[in-house]
Amino acid sequence: MPGNSPTLPPITITDQPMTAADPKWLASDSQIAEAKKILDQHAYETVQWHFHDSTGSPFWLAKKAELKFDPLTEIKGFDDIKKFPEFEDEWLRGGPVERWIPKGLRGKPTYVFETGGTTGIPKSRVVIDDFRIDYETFSHTLPDEYFPKGANWLMLGPSGPRRLRLAVEHLCQYRGGICFCIDLDPRWVIKLIKKGWMEHLEEYKKHCIDQAITILTANHDIKCMFATPKLLESLAMGLAEKGLSIKDVGITGIFSGGTEFTPQWTRFCVEELLEGLPQESGVYMTPTYGNTLMGLACSRPITDEDDYTIAYYAPQPRAVVEIVDFDDINKVVGYGETGRVKLYTMTKEFFVPGFMERDEGERERPFQKYPWDGVSGVRPYRGFASSTTVGVY
Amino acid sequence: MLTIHPLRWGKPYKSLDTYDVIHFDTGEAIAKIGQVNGGMVQMDMRKAQNARNALRAIPTDELIKMCEKAAHLFEHETLPLGDGTQSVAEFVHHQSASTGLPEHMCRSNMKKNCFVLSNMGKILDALTRGLDLEILRRGYGEEGRNVTVSMQCQSPVLGAVLPNNSPGVHTLWLPAVPLQVGLVLKPGSQEPWTPYRMINAFIAAGIPAEAFCMYPGGHDVGGTIMSKCDKSMIFGSAQTVQQYSGNPRVQAHGPGFSKILLGDDIVDHWEDYLDLMVESVASNSGRGCINCSGIWASRHTREIAEALAARIGPIDALSPIDEKSELAAFTNPQMATGTWSMIQQDLSEAGVQDMTASYGTRLIERERCAYLRPMVVHADSPARGVAAKEYMFPFASVVKCDQKDMIKSIGQTLIGTAITADEKWIDELTNAVNIDRLNIGPVPTNRLNWLQPHEGNLIDFLFRSRAYQIAPLRAPVAAT
Repeated sequence: MPGNSPTLPPITITDQPMTAADPKWLASDSQIAEAKKILDQHAYETVQWHFHDSTGSPFWLAKKAELKFDPLTEIKGFDDIKKFPEFEDEWLRGGPVERWIPKGLRGKPTYVFETGGTTGIPKSRVVIDDFRIDYETFSHTLPDEYFPKGANWLMLGPSGPRRLRLAVEHLCQYRGGICFCIDLDPRWVIKLIKKGWMEHLEEYKKHCIDQAITILTANHDIKCMFATPKLLESLAMGLAEKGLSIKDVGITGIFSGGTEFTPQWTRFCVEELLEGLPQESGVYMTPTYGNTLMGLACSRPITDEDDYTIAYYAPQPRAVVEIVDFDDINKVVGYGETGRVKLYTMTKEFFVPGFMERDEGERERPFQKYPWDGVSGVRPYRGFASSTTVGVY
Repeated sequence: MLTIHPLRWGKPYKSLDTYDVIHFDTGEAIAKIGQVNGGMVQMDMRKAQNARNALRAIPTDELIKMCEKAAHLFEHETLPLGDGTQSVAEFVHHQSASTGLPEHMCRSNMKKNCFVLSNMGKILDALTRGLDLEILRRGYGEEGRNVTVSMQCQSPVLGAVLPNNSPGVHTLWLPAVPLQVGLVLKPGSQEPWTPYRMINAFIAAGIPAEAFCMYPGGHDVGGTIMSKCDKSMIFGSAQTVQQYSGNPRVQAHGPGFSKILLGDDIVDHWEDYLDLMVESVASNSGRGCINCSGIWASRHTREIAEALAARIGPIDALSPIDEKSELAAFTNPQMATGTWSMIQQDLSEAGVQDMTASYGTRLIERERCAYLRPMVVHADSPARGVAAKEYMFPFASVVKCDQKDMIKSIGQTLIGTAITADEKWIDELTNAVNIDRLNIGPVPTNRLNWLQPHEGNLIDFLFRSRAYQIAPLRAPVAAT
């Protein structure tokens, strides 16, 4: 049933090279077929849940009346999901947010998480357990050698009404640790950038890094952390000014995400900020890709042999990533080809039948451990790139 | 196709991020250039002192000889570049292809850079007013007259955010090397050629590679260089200059607003100086801050403008390999159309007249580039907006203004050529703080004497005179 936490295998860093010329890491046809079967069943059950009068949310039950098909009888597998019109994230603005809560979950303690909101009404998503399920799933992919069970964590990312802040704390607690947090208001950061107050921006960044360094040097035995790429770099620089490194302060595992990664930045991070690949440095960094709507996509292990390619795989079957043609959002591009990122979320709490992300990238082949399509080279979609403020914290 | 790597203290860094340098007219890729990010610059700057240490290990007179050798190599020899090599002819072709400058102008800029390098001893002698250069290396010494002098180096490296459009400006950072100050350069995206070739010539001449960083990259790279180098120079717009105004860590170079001022005593013989005006306005396709953008006189201004327009108005866009080509392309056509729009606004003001209007269309748009043919504009008063304008092509306003009002009306002026023998006016010009380089007499604005400081003395920028007192120790006490 949707909502259960699928167990993904942990990634080990001693896997075979994953260069394009070496296909050993590719998923086999039978692995791909099995994953597709699970996805089809999951898609069917998710639609049954969200569109049945006894369990569905007011929002989707109302939408059902506008559809030209009956989801309960005509959605039999994942491919049928494409019959739904494109999900518009504008639907998420404003209240009442209760319209998104499925009747089958009514009465359970509910969170609301926001995205955007620098100006105007932010987009909201209600969550009951999804963030816990997603991050527990993710937890199983983390190598214990670098993310030891029971270790304390630092959350070096946005605070406030954000899913990420609670999710990282839950991840830490799920692994038996205590999570230390900083204050960071990303909406203020965006305002500083838009106003061109770059000195204030630098000072605010310093304020955040000072908080992190204070925590890391206060004998809290922190071994793991979440950080956005920019904050990770700033932390490394801030520590360097004190003659320290990330390794010196005891960090062995870093889960990073929230903004764009490039292979070159990842290489710089691994080689220079973390002082080498995990085997040499003892510090492991895993890039992730996600948002409040979808959850969290893991990356293949990054290697120098693979030119630090970052390829993400969604937590199927709860979420699916497709790379689609820029002009036809129902047409998946060929492997290695460039297209726009399309997301699907299919949990008991939330149903997104195809949302066009503000990103583009290349379609990646199924990986043994994630035998479904992935995406690499994620970057702002060219159609929006010039008007979007990205990578702000 | 060449792949050119960033240099991190002399070591090539094979970046996964590259961009293509494109031929301005054909769109063909000329080279791939690896990019760094600001974080790398920040990490590297922790080792900046090593650059100065490596240079200080070599006596200054030897470094000067190495500069002379580097000048020869730069001008005449095939040198390493990225994963290949570059001959002189290739250098000229590459530079012309990416910047839009005609090839003969690239050769001329090459000679200018070589002149400075091969005359480094004389230039340092002039800039230091004859100071023993060993004092700069050692930090203190005997000036003569039993006076101890100490010059404290303010930064182990000089950072520089270099421009895209003007290969001549590289002369400004070259003296850092014999001053034993390392170089941290961000080359312009369209003009990486001169800094790379110059650094490769330095290295081939025996100067330690660890003295040099070359950081192609985005805005964050420039910003990091400016914030992490204790002394840096930047080339940019008037806004850039304003932004760094009064910042002792930064020497900002922007538009020059250079001018020719004709004194009342000679203005009736203005024809004698027409060649000088043409050269000052149109040399190097009018791109430099040292090109004249304003000719000021109290009378005959309309005749001067007509005569100047007759000389430069017919100049047309020719192939960059044509030896007669006098006009550089705008490699970004929007920059040309934007400039043209601003000029249309200038011309709409009463009292302003386009004197080149009868010499054909000025804006020439091509598929991937554009040209603006030379323009001469007459302004009947210093109050006209165009009197304070400078554009990136041969453009001059001829401004009618009484001599007594000229100094206060011309505004900030990088190079002022005042053609006059009026002693009283010369005295006023000498004391005017809005003129940087002052030429008294018929000196074209573009002809710089490199034995003179340019927009501030590099020695004063990189070194600080400070007290240094030495007293002998008492005789050592014998050990017991």
